[in-house]
Amino acid sequence: MLDIKDLHVNVGDKEVLHGINLHIDAGETHVLMGPNGSGKTTLLMTLMGFSNYKITKGTILFNGEDVTAMHADERAKRGIGMLFQRPPTISGLKLGKLLTAISHEKAVDIPELANSVHMGAFLERDINKGFSGGEIKRSEVLQLMIQNPDFVMLDEPESGVDLENISLIGNAIGSLLEKEKRIVKRAKSGLVITHTGFILDYLDADKGHVMCDGMIKCHGNPREILKDIKQRGYKECLECRHS
Amino acid sequence: MPSQLNTRGISTEDQNRLVQSGIDLNLENRCGTYLQMDQDVVHSECSEKGIEVLSYKKAMEKYDWLKEYAWKAVSKDKDEITKYVAAQTDPKGYVIIAHKGTKNILPIQACLYLGRESIQHVHNIIIAEEGAELHMISGCASGGHVGQGAAHYGVSEFYIKKNAKVSFTMIHTWTENIEVYPRSASIVEENGVFLSNYVCMQPVKKVQMYPVATLKGENSVARFSTIAIASPTSYIDAGSRAILEGKGSSAELVTRAITKGGTIMSRGDIQGKTAGTRGHLECKGLILKDGLIWAIPEIEGMVVGTELSHEAAVGKLAKDEIEYLMARGLSEDEATATIIRGFLDIKIAGLPEALQKQIDATIDVAEKAGF
Repeated sequence: MLDIKDLHVNVGDKEVLHGINLHIDAGETHVLMGPNGSGKTTLLMTLMGFSNYKITKGTILFNGEDVTAMHADERAKRGIGMLFQRPPTISGLKLGKLLTAISHEKAVDIPELANSVHMGAFLERDINKGFSGGEIKRSEVLQLMIQNPDFVMLDEPESGVDLENISLIGNAIGSLLEKEKRIVKRAKSGLVITHTGFILDYLDADKGHVMCDGMIKCHGNPREILKDIKQRGYKECLECRHS
Repeated sequence: MPSQLNTRGISTEDQNRLVQSGIDLNLENRCGTYLQMDQDVVHSECSEKGIEVLSYKKAMEKYDWLKEYAWKAVSKDKDEITKYVAAQTDPKGYVIIAHKGTKNILPIQACLYLGRESIQHVHNIIIAEEGAELHMISGCASGGHVGQGAAHYGVSEFYIKKNAKVSFTMIHTWTENIEVYPRSASIVEENGVFLSNYVCMQPVKKVQMYPVATLKGENSVARFSTIAIASPTSYIDAGSRAILEGKGSSAELVTRAITKGGTIMSRGDIQGKTAGTRGHLECKGLILKDGLIWAIPEIEGMVVGTELSHEAAVGKLAKDEIEYLMARGLSEDEATATIIRGFLDIKIAGLPEALQKQIDATIDVAEKAGF
């Protein structure tokens, strides 16, 4: 599904990602961990196609197609989607209107979907304006439910969310990733940034990666990596990088 | 009442321009109509009991007391425009009177159509008597062919009596050859409400206006909302002023201005002359192409106990907002139009749904054309 080769990315004049290699197969969910500022969000924003993130070297293949030079909308049309950690507030743009625009006249029952993530009362609200942490995440999930991407990137889906909402959001993300289906039947893939690991209760992640200083140095079982980080912190990861 | 507006002599294309200005040619969703083509009064009628739509001339003949209202809110000597209108021996325009306690559910439409290269002049008087509620839409449009030298001079005087309410929604559809000089003023009495909305999405050569609402009565309210886009050749100087005289009176002035290369002077002024008054002025501008948005918000507080505020901001489309929508599958053009549409979206408290929908529809037309 997704194949990243030797990806170097600049933000401004500074190189932030230094040669990322990552392969995610159809049906797999991968977890990305790492200390603040290590480049996790940069990787997701780059994969989504945001223009502030300049690819200076390397390629991104999606379903065999080179999408490295494509704009965000072209990538979205090919099935890449993202849950943003801090999406912008857009004054005057109603959530309901955006959902209609995202649906591209597909037959979807927007009010019903909105109610399923307790966002029915927000359809006439300006997008993200005055939304709480949990409301932002529910709005993001709702947009993705309509967009229905094949590859979903989730940037800290549980940050700022209370425990009750984590199960709501976790279950909704689980169904976006077809977790209710048997493994062999799953076609959708995901890449999740998490610090706490709470979201893993809903996602059955397949692989974990640790990013430090703009590089992925460590791969393994996501639960074990998380346990390791919880016990020892990222200090040893940094040492690993320099080894 | 006829079932169709008499638009003889107006091409289908130009009739569409009237529709864009909020004119209902089938007269279905309007309770009354005034139509003036250049200097000819074509229609003036109203089916709502207790509300009269008369030509200025007829009204003056019918009601002698109207003399007490003509040129009282707007001074004859204010400027060259008012002097020109006052000097007319055959005055045009309309008088609308909502008699005591009346109310119209469907709005009245006033259509001022300019089809020739001449000066169209009107003098309008709108009176809402005690407890009356009057909603009207003023669709001002020209033929698409009208060339240099065409102008519209319009004097409008509004009198909103005790407990009365008037909403006046003016939508302009001119061309880059036409100059427009509305001169309007309103006097609002105790508990009266005046809502004034102005929408200009199409090119115009020049608009210059600074309507003023004097809130004389206790707890009277005025809300001005302006939505304007300046095309490269447009010069739009649109202000609004509220004078807070009555105890507890309040005003809100909201503007959304976009330049695509033209000029928008966004003036606003609130004067707090009495304690217990409140006013807020808000102007947001968006520069799509180099031009000028000049926001001049003024607040003049004169006594202890008046509370006035203003905010003005001019900026560009935010790239992160556009790309956020692109990440949801919208093309760059769709994302841009969606954000601009949101920017222009102001919901006007107290405005009937039909009129809000009309404002939305006018903006939709511009959105479909990619702004």
